[in-house]
This record gives sequence, structure tokens and C-alpha cells, in this order.
Amino acid sequence: MQANMSIGTSLDFFLFVAIALFAIGAIGAMTRKNMIVLLMCIELMLNAVNLMLVTFSTYYGNGDAQIFVFFTMVVAAAEATVGLSIIIMAYRNLKSIDIDMYNQLKN
Amino acid sequence: MPQDLTLILLLSFPLLGFAINGIFGKQLPKMVIGSIATVAVFASFLLATSLFSRLDGTTIVNLFNVLDFENLQINASFQIDALSIWMTLIITGVGSLIHLFSIGYMSHDEGFYKFFTYLNLFIFSMLILVLGSNYFVLFFGWEGVGMCSYLLISFHYNDAQKGIANSLAGRKAFIMNRIGDVGLLVALFMIIGQFNTLEYTKIGHLIESNKALTGGAMFFITLSLFIAATGKSAQIPLFTWLPDAMAGPTPVSALIHAATMVTAGIYLTVRSNFLFELAPFTQNIILYTGLATTLFAAFMALRQNDIKKVLAYSTVSQLGLMFVALGFGAYTVALFHVTTHAFFKALLFLGSGSVIHGMHEEQDIRKMGGLAKLMPITHFTFLIGTMAISGIPFLSGFFSKDEIMAQALHHNTFAYIVLVIAVTMTAVYMFRLYFLTFHGEFRGGDQLKSKVHESGPSMTLPLIILAILSIFGGLLNLPGLFFKNSAHWFDHFLSAGTFGLNHIHPVHLDFATSIQLMIFASIVALSVLIWAYLNYVKKGNIAKDDKDLNGWERLSAAKLFVDELYNVLIVNPILAISDFTGKIIDIKLLRNGVYALADGVLNSANISRKWQSGFLSSYLFWMVFGLIIFVAYYILKISVWH
Repeated sequence: MQANMSIGTSLDFFLFVAIALFAIGAIGAMTRKNMIVLLMCIELMLNAVNLMLVTFSTYYGNGDAQIFVFFTMVVAAAEATVGLSIIIMAYRNLKSIDIDMYNQLKN
Repeated sequence: MPQDLTLILLLSFPLLGFAINGIFGKQLPKMVIGSIATVAVFASFLLATSLFSRLDGTTIVNLFNVLDFENLQINASFQIDALSIWMTLIITGVGSLIHLFSIGYMSHDEGFYKFFTYLNLFIFSMLILVLGSNYFVLFFGWEGVGMCSYLLISFHYNDAQKGIANSLAGRKAFIMNRIGDVGLLVALFMIIGQFNTLEYTKIGHLIESNKALTGGAMFFITLSLFIAATGKSAQIPLFTWLPDAMAGPTPVSALIHAATMVTAGIYLTVRSNFLFELAPFTQNIILYTGLATTLFAAFMALRQNDIKKVLAYSTVSQLGLMFVALGFGAYTVALFHVTTHAFFKALLFLGSGSVIHGMHEEQDIRKMGGLAKLMPITHFTFLIGTMAISGIPFLSGFFSKDEIMAQALHHNTFAYIVLVIAVTMTAVYMFRLYFLTFHGEFRGGDQLKSKVHESGPSMTLPLIILAILSIFGGLLNLPGLFFKNSAHWFDHFLSAGTFGLNHIHPVHLDFATSIQLMIFASIVALSVLIWAYLNYVKKGNIAKDDKDLNGWERLSAAKLFVDELYNVLIVNPILAISDFTGKIIDIKLLRNGVYALADGVLNSANISRKWQSGFLSSYLFWMVFGLIIFVAYYILKISVWH
């Protein structure tokens, strides 16, 4: 199975890149306040997962995961449109896209 | 009209009066309220006379089924026989007179409509009590009259001076009655256990067909029934509520606490005669309880200065007399005294009500005197009542008491001696009351004297009717030496028409003994009359102040310290226990425990709600944190596993 790796680099490399991407996305989502940046961070996490799926798909020589990636991308696109429209509506309400302004549901 | 329809109408008139006055009373004028209530009771009285005239053995009217178990059926059914109809006649007859009296007596009262509502409800409950054909229906009425009694004793609960005392009196009556009610309930359960039915006639037939039923079970059933009777009929040890019950308006004292409700215990015993006949030991308990009650209550009445208190102790004493008769198994004799007592005690209470009304709510006989000229009709009728209860010859009380004395002489000489003492004391306190109230100088001051007035016709008419009944009531049951053939009409009437009583024949003494008895009783009553006249009118003695009383007088005025004894023995320990449970268990343990639980939930919620900060980033942080924990857990698990 390992013979199918056509690229000279090891599996670990791809996994590290994916994990790093995911970690950047997660930390960004936790720390940043701007909603658009948040959306971008979510995209980063999704793509980190996509990368991992593709890596394993190539590694095991099985195409199923690559089909799955397409679905993820479609869902991500849909999510981005919905998310952006929510951001626009939110901006119209409070004239701000700072995520901490939107804690009104708390009490 | 068929009997069952008559009976239903008879029961529904007071209920209807209760409903109309209770719902619309506030809007109606006083005259209409009083008329509705009085007419409702009087209509019942007329229907009762119609039933009475057509009386034929025992008729059971079944209305509907209340409880239906596999082997126990309880019906709301009613029994028409001599006993129940006779009680109905007393209740509705005396009841309608007292209703009429109340129209005048309560005319200045704000709670006029409420008063008549309660009175009608009382009459209804009392009719249920005496007309029911089983112990369940009796219990229903029993509780109903207890509640009405409570409501009416504490009727003036918001009175500025006596409001709290009135409420406490009502509470005392209610609690003491409840003790009796527990006895009744226990008896009911034991009867169900023993006979699988609560119908009087069925129990009677079961006993008839199975003579072996005696011993322990019968003793406990009858003892519980007697405890119930002591509660309602104010016998030792549960009698202290009745004198306190005089806090209620005077017509209530006359109707409930003299003529009708307090005789419910006697009715219960007479109704259960077939049970008591199987328990001779209970009969002895009844006899000696009755003797003690009649003696001690008469003693307590000797030095009371509240006109109603004297009559209250007199009632307790007379009820004791009836229980003595029951103890001898002389049920018809007891009921004869119930009847005459209803007449003259209602008369005396209404007379005292008329005096109190005329004296503007003054009840202390030390402030009365010389009322004979100011209130002639009240005076004359009160005199008749006094003579009747004291046993002056040929008035009703003379005959009914004489019957009981004759029973005592026949069965038990000790009882006879005690009764003679009690009856003498009855005459003493009654004539003391009469002379102090109506003769001598007026002691209430000139200002009050100018305001004293005779009561109006709605109050004097019942007095006159009851006075006539008190004079001629004795004719119902003349002893054998008068009119040989028609003598003992009441005995025969009740015995023939009441289940169980037809097996019991009261003893009748021979001619010589009964004439000796009568002469002796007459001499006692008349000599007391003369003594009281000389003492209170000629010598002008008046009731002393409390501080001038000597030994026995103080004992009598203080009611033998029974209330104090009960306070020390029962009330205070219960209060102490309640205090303990209230302050320690309730507050320290239960309340603080519940509070601590609530505080714990609140505090933990306050801590955990900080998580819900509303900041998306913190939610995300905790999500990732949880994820990491999971992943770490599984990685650790796998690495350890390997």
C-alpha cells in the first residue's frame, strides 16, 4: 500500500500540514473577533480536513474519500454563502461585525 | 303524597332555604330572609306531621348508591319509623319556633342572612342525622351539625371585645367534637368488619339470627359509639365545650346546644340499642358516666353568674340524666326526657335570650333583678320553664324526671341517691337564677333600667308556645296511676314503631312505689322553691362577688377546675410538643433543609451559568477543549491498552 505514495515526501508531512492548518483555523476561530475572519478560519479547518482526507485516500489508494471531499467543498461553499449573508444581516442590525457584540441572547 | 316523596321534600326545604339565603341573602331584605328560613323549617314540620300521622312500621327510602364494593354497599337511604319521625318533629317543631324567635333577636345583627343560612343548614344536617337508615348517613349529618355548631358558636368572631374568645370557644367545641367523631369512625369501621353492613335494620336482623355475637367486639363497638356520644352530648370527659359554646348567639344555644344537636348522642345510643343490649359492661360505663356528669354539672351550675352559663351546665346535667336512663336500658324514658327537655330548655334559653336582648347584651345576673315588672311575658314563661325543669308537680319535667328516678330506684339504689342530690341541685340553681333575674331590686343602674324593654311579638310568641308545651308535654307519657288505659302512650308508640325497641320493655313500678316517688320528688322541688324564695326574695340575698366566695362556692364558680386540669394534662403538653415540632423540627430541620437544598441548586447554577458567557469564542474554546480531552483519553487508552 505504501508503494502508492508517488510523491517523495512522507505521509507525516501532509498530516503535519493538515494539523497545523486545523490548529491555525481553530485558534483563529477562538481568538479573533471579526466575523469574516471567523468564517475564514472555519474554511481553513474544513480544508485541513479535506487535505487529510485526500492524503489518506492517496495513501491507501482508495478513491472514496476524494468523492467525500467534493461533498465537503460543496457544503463549505453553501456554508460560506449562508454565513456571509448572516454577517450582512448582523451588520445591518448593530453596524458592527465584532462577534462579542452579539451576546444578547445570554440573559 | 307517597311517603318517599314527602321525605325528600321534608329534607329539601331546609336545604333550599339554605341555598336561597346563602346565595342571594346579601341582596334580600331582612324580613324576607327570616321568613324564607322560618317557612322552610315550618314546611318540614308540617310534612313531618303528615308522615307521623301515616306512620306504619319501618319504611326505608333508598335514594342512591354511594359506595358499591363486592361485599359492602353503602346507600344514601332514609328510614321512616317512630324514632326518626319523633326526632324530626322535635327538630323541625322547636326549630321553627327558634327561627321565628331569631328574626326578632338577630334583627340588629349585620350577619343576619349568614345566621339564617347556617341555621337552615343545621336543620338539614340534623334531619339527615336522625332520618338516615345507616351509620354512614348518620355520620354525614353528624359532621354537618358539628360544622354548623362551630360556625354558629364563633358567629361573632369579629366582635371588638369578645371576638377572639368567641373564636376560641368555637375551636374548642370543634376539637372536642372531633375526638368524639374519631370514636364514631372507629365504631363504623368495626361495625363494617363485624357485620359487613351499616344499615340499622340489617345489623339488627344479623344480631337476631346470631345470638352468639357478644363479648369483646360488641364491647369495643359500643364503647366507641359511646365516646362519640360523649363528644356530641357533652358528657364527662368531653363536656367542657358546651358551657363555652354559649359564646354563640342565644337562639343557637337554644336550638343546637340545648334542644337538638346535643341529643344526637342519645339518639345514636337509642338507635344502636340492639348493640348496647349485647354489651352490659358498656351500659354500666354509660350509667356511671351519666351519673357523674349530672352530679358534677349540677354542682358547677350552683354558683355561675352568667345567665347562659347556668343554663349550659344545666343542659350538661340533664343530658347526664338521659344517659343514666340509657345506662338502665330505658331508651324510651331517655327519649321522653329528650322531648320534654327540648321544650323547657329551649324555652329557658329563649327566655334568657329575651332577657339579654332587653338588657342590651348584659348576661350577668348580678346586674339584673326585678325584671318581672319590666318583661312580664318573658318572666311568666321563664317561670314555667324553671318550674318544669325543677320538677314542680304536673309540669312536663316532673313526669320525665320521675320516670328516670323510677328506673334508678328499680335497678340501683346508689344511682337513685345520686340522682336525688342532682335533681335537688337542679331545683336550687334554677330557682336561684329565676329569683335573682326577675325579683328583687334592679341592680344594673338607672340608665340601663330605663332602656330595658319587653321583646317584640316574634320573640314572645315562641316563648308562649314553648311554655304551653312545657306545661303539657308530660301528658305524652303519663305514668300508670293516671288514665290507666292511655298511660305510657309515648313508650308504646316508640317501642312499637322502632326497630329493636320492641324487644325491650321498660320497667313500670307498682302503684304504691310510684306514688311515693312522686310525692317525695314534689316535696323536694317545692321545698327548694320555698327555700329559694325566702333566701333570695325575702332576705334579699344576691350573688356574691367572686372574692367573697367560701370553699365549695369557689369550687363551683371555678367549674371544679376541670378546664385548668385539661390545660395542664392535655392542652399544655400538646402545645409544648407543637412548639417543639414547630420551632425545632419544622424551622430548624425541615425549613432550613429545604432552604439549603434550594441554595445549593442556586449556587451551583450561578457557577455553571458563567460558562454561558455569550461569547462565541469561549464556546468554541470549550468545544475544542472537550475535543482534546476526548482525543487525549482515547490516545491514552490505546497506548495503555497496548
